[in-house]
Amino acid sequence: MQVYLPIAEMSVNGLLVLIMGGVVGFLSGMFGVGGGFLMTPLLIFIGVPPAIAVGTQANQLVAASVSGVLAHWRRKNVDVKLGLVMLVGGAAGTALGVFIFGILQRLGQIDLVIALSYVLFLGGIGGLMLIESVGALIRGRKAGVRRKLHKHTWLHGLPFKMRFHRSRLYISALLPGGIGFVGGLMVAIMGIGGGFLLVPAMIYLLGMPTALVAGTSLFQIIFTTAIATFLQAAANHTVDVMLALLLLVGGVIGAQFGTKASGYLRGEQARALLALLVVGVALRLAVDLVMPPVNLYSITVPVDR
Amino acid sequence: MRGLAGRPPRRAAALLAAGCLLIAVLAGTAFARSAWAQSLVADLSNHLIAINTGFVGTEVVLFGATDGPGDVAVVVQGPPSEVMVRRKSRIAGIWINAASLEFQQAPSFYSVATNRPLDQIVGDAVLARHEIGLSHLRLPPAAPGRAAPDTVREFREALIRNKQELGLYNTTHGQVAFLGERLFRTNVYFPANVPTGAYTVTAYLIRDGDVVSAQTTPLAVSKVGFSAEIFEFAVRQSTFYGISAIIFAVAAGWLAGAIFRKV
Repeated sequence: MQVYLPIAEMSVNGLLVLIMGGVVGFLSGMFGVGGGFLMTPLLIFIGVPPAIAVGTQANQLVAASVSGVLAHWRRKNVDVKLGLVMLVGGAAGTALGVFIFGILQRLGQIDLVIALSYVLFLGGIGGLMLIESVGALIRGRKAGVRRKLHKHTWLHGLPFKMRFHRSRLYISALLPGGIGFVGGLMVAIMGIGGGFLLVPAMIYLLGMPTALVAGTSLFQIIFTTAIATFLQAAANHTVDVMLALLLLVGGVIGAQFGTKASGYLRGEQARALLALLVVGVALRLAVDLVMPPVNLYSITVPVDR
Repeated sequence: MRGLAGRPPRRAAALLAAGCLLIAVLAGTAFARSAWAQSLVADLSNHLIAINTGFVGTEVVLFGATDGPGDVAVVVQGPPSEVMVRRKSRIAGIWINAASLEFQQAPSFYSVATNRPLDQIVGDAVLARHEIGLSHLRLPPAAPGRAAPDTVREFREALIRNKQELGLYNTTHGQVAFLGERLFRTNVYFPANVPTGAYTVTAYLIRDGDVVSAQTTPLAVSKVGFSAEIFEFAVRQSTFYGISAIIFAVAAGWLAGAIFRKV
């Protein structure tokens, strides 16, 4: 089933894209991440121009996050106040990211920056997650001593302290705001929701209860991806709704099953699996960067807007 | 727009003007002689390639007749556009786009078909004048004189190679077939990623090592129906397009969430 994509100006196998959307949606529902870090490289791999993959992915993530957050919302696993504070940073990060994206596109370095940020962020965070979760798996339940709720670091000395009742936190607003900002940058430049970064950051830096993390990060991602979709569509014309439709039909269905499946996984098991996936994608992209390319040359239509 | 003289649209116009003048001059003398300008006639099976949602590429048949023996070359050119060619170099262990060269006017699509290899029969000058064959394509760099000739050649070859890989430049598809002495036909294949715009299809009649007649037929490639509407919407009203895309995504996500709640 070939489907012509009007903005990407190419035709793709519709069934393949639907399945890709479904599988990635399942994983995203299961781990509470957007799944963009898998989908964007996959789209580029099947020949979608990186700019369109990133722009369209943002659109798809809006739908995936909405459907994902609903399930968490019903279980009251969303800290709206904290999510909104993150969003303030997220909006700024997204706007800056779309701006940087445009500049890099003109310089012809956007592919490189996408690949490098994937390798650095995914590799770094995935590696840490892997070490941590494998350690937790080995220690098993015996070492399940609760972490101290109050581990005071310099992070707690930051100004603008706010109380977040739902998460039982009293922390500086700069922390969730800053995390949101980095997440927003990632939405715009890498075409990912940034869940894989937000989730550990919220657990380790904020000390949020794990149950609230997935729902709250999804809640925040809805808005950053919506802003990114709007800016990419208006400024760069890189949102292909046909492609987004295919991805989100597969994605929202997969996400529902994924959310249900997450109930059967223990926290550290889920984290280990997610970490493996993340590290795998990072390694794959790192290999591409280091290996001599098959074709040294690339052609593009110059962007001069 | 193409600034150079002798590119197909202008050439066609010039040819037409010359033809009219000739006919006007000769009209009084002999009717039979007006056939001189028509030693080759050709037409396409279709003058519009419509890209709809299910578009997977298409073929257009060009058929025609000559007034006697000769070789026929059919050249299809898509609308020209600027193209940036970049070469990767290894910097600090990773491959990074380093050198680049911008070409001013590269046809977005190019295909040539002949009834037999012409390189041996026709001189390079003639082939170059009519841009028959990939090696005779005119690809001027955007900033002439800045890059060394060797570099220009290297990037030019890379441009052609990349376009070939995309299926947008080709010489292999649809060789010209003669049916008897005078009738000929060829199939031109357009892949699914064919760029939209105004194309020209030119058939050349070659005799004694020179082009003796040519005919250019326009061909439009455009999106139609749903694809066209989406494209227009996205480009003309990008703000509303962005907002609609978001509303659409939120609705889809919500709907899926609501449906699956009951399951």
